[in-house]
Amino acid sequence: MRRAQGKKKKGERSLQEEYAIEMLNITKRFPGIIANDNVTIQLRRGEIHALLGENGAGKSTLMSVLFGLYQAEEGIIKKDGKEVHITDPNVANDLGIGMVHQHFKLVQCFTVLDNIILGVETTKNGLLLKDEARKKIKALSEKYGLMVDPDAKIEDITVGMQQRTEILKMLYRDNEILIFDEPTAVLTPQEIEELMQIMKNLAAEGKSILFISHKLNEIMEVADRCSVLRRGKYIGTVDIKDTTQEELSRMMVGRDVQLVVEKEPSVPKDVVLDVENMTVASRSHNNNAVKGVSFKVRQGEIVCIAGIDGNGQTELVYGLTGLEPIKQGSVKICGKDITHAPIRERSALLSHIPEDRHKHGLVLDYSLEYNMVLQRYFEPEFVTGAGFLKKKSIRDYANRLIEEYDVRSGQGPVTIARSMSGGNQQKAIIGRELDREHKLLVAVQPTRGLDVGAIENIHRELIRERDNGSAVLLVSLELEEVMNVSDRILVMYEGEIVGELDPRKTTTEELGLYMAGARKEKVEA
Amino acid sequence: MKKSIFQNDAFQSIIAAIACIVAGLLVGYLVLLAIHPASAGEAIVTILKNFLNYPSKPAAMKYLGNTLVKTAPLLMCALSINFCYKVGLFNIGAAGQYVVGAGACLYAALALKMPWFVCLLCALIAGGIWGTVVGLLKAYANVNEVISGIMLNWIGLYLVNMLLGGVKEQASPYTLQISSVNEKALLPTLGLGTFFTNNKYVTIAVPLAVITAIAIWIVLNFTKFGYELRATGLNKEAARYAGMNEKRNIILTLAIGGALAGVAAAFLFLTGYEQWSTTQSSVPGMGFNGIAATFLGGLSPLGTIFSSYFIQHITSGGSYLDKNVYPSQISDLISAIIIYLCGFVLFFKYAMNRRYTIKRR
Repeated sequence: MRRAQGKKKKGERSLQEEYAIEMLNITKRFPGIIANDNVTIQLRRGEIHALLGENGAGKSTLMSVLFGLYQAEEGIIKKDGKEVHITDPNVANDLGIGMVHQHFKLVQCFTVLDNIILGVETTKNGLLLKDEARKKIKALSEKYGLMVDPDAKIEDITVGMQQRTEILKMLYRDNEILIFDEPTAVLTPQEIEELMQIMKNLAAEGKSILFISHKLNEIMEVADRCSVLRRGKYIGTVDIKDTTQEELSRMMVGRDVQLVVEKEPSVPKDVVLDVENMTVASRSHNNNAVKGVSFKVRQGEIVCIAGIDGNGQTELVYGLTGLEPIKQGSVKICGKDITHAPIRERSALLSHIPEDRHKHGLVLDYSLEYNMVLQRYFEPEFVTGAGFLKKKSIRDYANRLIEEYDVRSGQGPVTIARSMSGGNQQKAIIGRELDREHKLLVAVQPTRGLDVGAIENIHRELIRERDNGSAVLLVSLELEEVMNVSDRILVMYEGEIVGELDPRKTTTEELGLYMAGARKEKVEA
Repeated sequence: MKKSIFQNDAFQSIIAAIACIVAGLLVGYLVLLAIHPASAGEAIVTILKNFLNYPSKPAAMKYLGNTLVKTAPLLMCALSINFCYKVGLFNIGAAGQYVVGAGACLYAALALKMPWFVCLLCALIAGGIWGTVVGLLKAYANVNEVISGIMLNWIGLYLVNMLLGGVKEQASPYTLQISSVNEKALLPTLGLGTFFTNNKYVTIAVPLAVITAIAIWIVLNFTKFGYELRATGLNKEAARYAGMNEKRNIILTLAIGGALAGVAAAFLFLTGYEQWSTTQSSVPGMGFNGIAATFLGGLSPLGTIFSSYFIQHITSGGSYLDKNVYPSQISDLISAIIIYLCGFVLFFKYAMNRRYTIKRR
């Protein structure tokens, strides 16, 4: 076993201590909420330790405490058995703690090399000594199988490569404890495979890894042990070799979870959405992002647009919802031409769960109740003829949605949306969009960043939508979601629909071939 | 868990404003100390006393009236900036909108011999147009409102100097006295002057400015229009997603902001308290002081009523300094220092929040 060797090699340096980092009885409170309630995590040397929990369970808070972004009210942190006080991220850096954030912290117009040495540059007479750095980066890159070109610009390389740059940043600083905050959320299936291998290599070389995730299959594949948090409380730590996905999900959610949602076969009726030859320009390049796409979505079916991120799905949705103008072609909903209709007019027909909940879905500095009426504030139910808001109606409406969709927050309807966890923000948006009248639901990655419990609920909601007679257009990057939820799959590749598949008759492998552009067919709507 | 009073936003704003005032007075005091140590203490008291420097009550009331006369336009400028700020726009062009407002109302009063309400309307429209230009540039060409605002300030200034050149006094660069040319252009006093020892400059401008502040507070917090504007200011993309017309909102906001600043000028010049100097080569500070009043007022239209008064109070107070001991610029300098430090409200608020978190560790 390579990993065992790694541990031994490491052990020579520090025989006395089994644990690289211990967080003992950590308690961290925020107004209205206890984010971490007496949580203990012990990270062994050379192990990959997964940290599992629902959204809002307190994983990020715990890591922020370890990284010095927050201070815990109670509890202590030990490094190599000695108590340390991590008052800010610089202290964490000095202690050899590094973190790959979910959203990378890279300078887009710098090269990989420049990004890596940023802040720890070696200089001579005020001039940068890049050659030494380049040598060290190349050596590290080879040692761990990272394969990154140090002279490529960040903006030119893939997301996976950018992530590796972040990993190299930690290695370049000789960090021993590596925190990965949901690292696979942004990667393609192939890149995930590679990342798993890289993490194994790192652990084999004696690095200790904390891996935050709520994807059970990844944890099962890569981790040695797993600690579970639920609603801020520490539930337990298990050895991965002695556990199953079902047990982990039960620990995380506190109940049995159906990983695959059951549903009846669909009964499609009238056409709701009719897209013909739609072309949408791209913001980032001169080529069109969506190239003459045609398809239909009927009442009572869930049609899923599958594809690797960046193949025009975002722009397709923007075109449908009116966030970007349509260059060519036409869009009809229930026979009504909305190709050039303003957004408000479209909103009367379609509900839109946006891809980016912070950018489009919420006004983060508004209260939850104000966000709940974001699409309806102008209706007579919420505003008087003279233009005054009916605050009581808004409060009542928000309370109803909060209740129905189980949106949890510190202070109920008056909570500022920014202070809520990602999962609850998403639930608020879903509640808002499903509750109002619509013929078509456009849901873009509705489960992104959510845990299995929440995903199960959202999948149920989507299927209920369908069964209640809505047409559902789902855009997803998750293969499992595509296969489980949809009634029909359209695969997008480079702005075109390259295949129409029946989820009951296809396999993930076949779907993957279409997504990668290896197989194409002319699809006629 | 109960929220501490120190986390209450309104309370924080008030405390921070007081901290700024104290800091400003302190630095001002140090400057006075450096120039002439012996009379520094007396001087700072003089500034703070303002109209109370007059021992007789009627005189004090009269000069309180003068302070109020200048508070009204300052408050209107502050409201202009405050309103735009809530929509995420920094209306530094308020100074220029104030200038064109002054030009329009004075031209209407002196050249066209219009009654006061027409003059007021002219100021409102002129300021509104000036703001609309900034809004159009912002909405359709994504020109930063600060850049276009500042450039329009200067365009406005020289345009107005030119326009009013025809209605100025023979021997001086100042515009004609409204009271001698066209008395009906003066804002009505409704007898308000009697409260201030027959101060004829105290007009309906003072109550109107306060009413405007309350109206703006209501619009922003209780109406559909305010909901839209604030949503646009906080997250333009989300506003667009929700079907709000963000371009229209930006233009409308700056138009209203401009109108407020235009009316500010009318509230000063239509009282006859000041005349416009057609040779001035710097944009009047009123619009810029409005920025300080906005921040000192905790970005709340209601808070702005008090902060505007305070800033005008010390500015007026500065003029009572002993000119034999201190150079005549000192009053402006001291009030400038205090106004400058007034801008630190947000910093103090931040410091307070930070201190609170540290304490809880």
